[in-house]
Amino acid sequence: MKNVKVGIVGYGSYIPRNRIKVEEIAKVWGADAPSYRRGLMLQEKSVPSWDQDTATMSVEAARRALQRCKVSPQDIGAVYVGSESHPYAVKPTGTIVAEAIGAVPHCHTADLEFACKAGSEGMFIASQQVRAGSFPYALAIGADTSQGAPGDALEYSAAAGAAAFILGRDQILAELLETHAYMTDTPDFWRREHMFYPKHGGRFTGEEAYFRHLLTCSREIMEKSGRKPKDFAYAVFHQPNGKFPYRAGEMLGFEKEQIDTGCLVPKLGNTYSGASPLGLSAVLDAAKPGDIILMVSYGSGAGSDGFIWKATSLLSKVQGLAPKTWDQINKDPRYLDYGSYAKHRGKIRMNEGD
Amino acid sequence: MQPQEFWREIPQRYRLEASKCLKCGAVFFPPRRRCAACGHEKFALTRLPREGKVTTFSVIRQGGGDMIRISPYAVCLVELEGGVKIAAQLVDVEPEAIKTGMPVRLEFRKIRETGDAGVICYGYKAVPA
Repeated sequence: MKNVKVGIVGYGSYIPRNRIKVEEIAKVWGADAPSYRRGLMLQEKSVPSWDQDTATMSVEAARRALQRCKVSPQDIGAVYVGSESHPYAVKPTGTIVAEAIGAVPHCHTADLEFACKAGSEGMFIASQQVRAGSFPYALAIGADTSQGAPGDALEYSAAAGAAAFILGRDQILAELLETHAYMTDTPDFWRREHMFYPKHGGRFTGEEAYFRHLLTCSREIMEKSGRKPKDFAYAVFHQPNGKFPYRAGEMLGFEKEQIDTGCLVPKLGNTYSGASPLGLSAVLDAAKPGDIILMVSYGSGAGSDGFIWKATSLLSKVQGLAPKTWDQINKDPRYLDYGSYAKHRGKIRMNEGD
Repeated sequence: MQPQEFWREIPQRYRLEASKCLKCGAVFFPPRRRCAACGHEKFALTRLPREGKVTTFSVIRQGGGDMIRISPYAVCLVELEGGVKIAAQLVDVEPEAIKTGMPVRLEFRKIRETGDAGVICYGYKAVPA
């Protein structure tokens, strides 16, 4: 089966227009904004409006993925939505997305959760399903509107966005050359049932969690494919802040220029399940035929999914058919003060019935 | 809102499904059983485009109920490409920046929540194109 070609045949991204700067958050909590800018390389983050959630952003990203290919929604046999902020505790997001894009009713749907790597999990499953011939096409989405507790370090980075990928066997834009998954039981970040905000292990989220899993997965997949860092045009790593992906890249032997295009977090924030998928979408917006791309996600709990993609000559024909990711980040942002941000994010307790 | 009320309208709210008269070609949204133009009763299913322009709008500054969260907010009439007009909330734009004729597109958004435990209703809203 492994000799069957599969890859991305359509991709799309969606980023809300609202933003908040780290200075605005730091001002409220008496924190030192320059330390977030310098230490974690965070400048601002996206903020979903009150009427945007994982389902709405997933639908928009999926529609943009369809704009970049000639796939009929009725030929999409599976819809997988990875997120840690599904709108319902019980009721799938995938059915909403499948219904909105017109992929229902003969469609397999699942919601996935694995902290920040739920999106890449969907890509992993969708690609294997397509390779096995179960479906002609499968849609995988990574999306989140995650929240950091007020005043917590995560509040400076927890952002919103979605990326969608249609996997298929023909008209491939980026061929999937290799995959690898690496995971252990590592409790570095979690949210218990019925809890509104997540908790984390502070510095334990670094060496033993993010770096161990992401670096090992990266080294293993490069060894499996017989490639070295210099063979890649781009590398996309999970990006909880601006510091981690660059440090991981340096430890693996990548140059800053290989990471820049797919590192959105300084201007976008951490979009959790959307983070490495959105990074990949930005790279696909810029990649040229023949470019080799390394993508390695990381999800707390903990694990990494690795992918090696190769851009085809078809990619350049579709890059301009839907909004590009960096354009969405840079175009006409609307900056919120902390009060408006708190209202949009539902952090203000209202009277019953209001 | 009862879930079945919302569920019945999903084809229109999610996919902009309209009916096109098989005799005179008139398009109706939401779909009709009898053509208002020629009286014919057979229709084809069609999907409306998502792009259009604002033909008129109003800004509500004293939102009632849970709309207090988003006041002031705008509602508008959008003439979609092809000529069908559709009423929608207009979001992601400051009220003072709204102008008649401005290009918009319809995005998938949350319309309302029936309390913290109730069903979430999704549908379309206009955003600047």
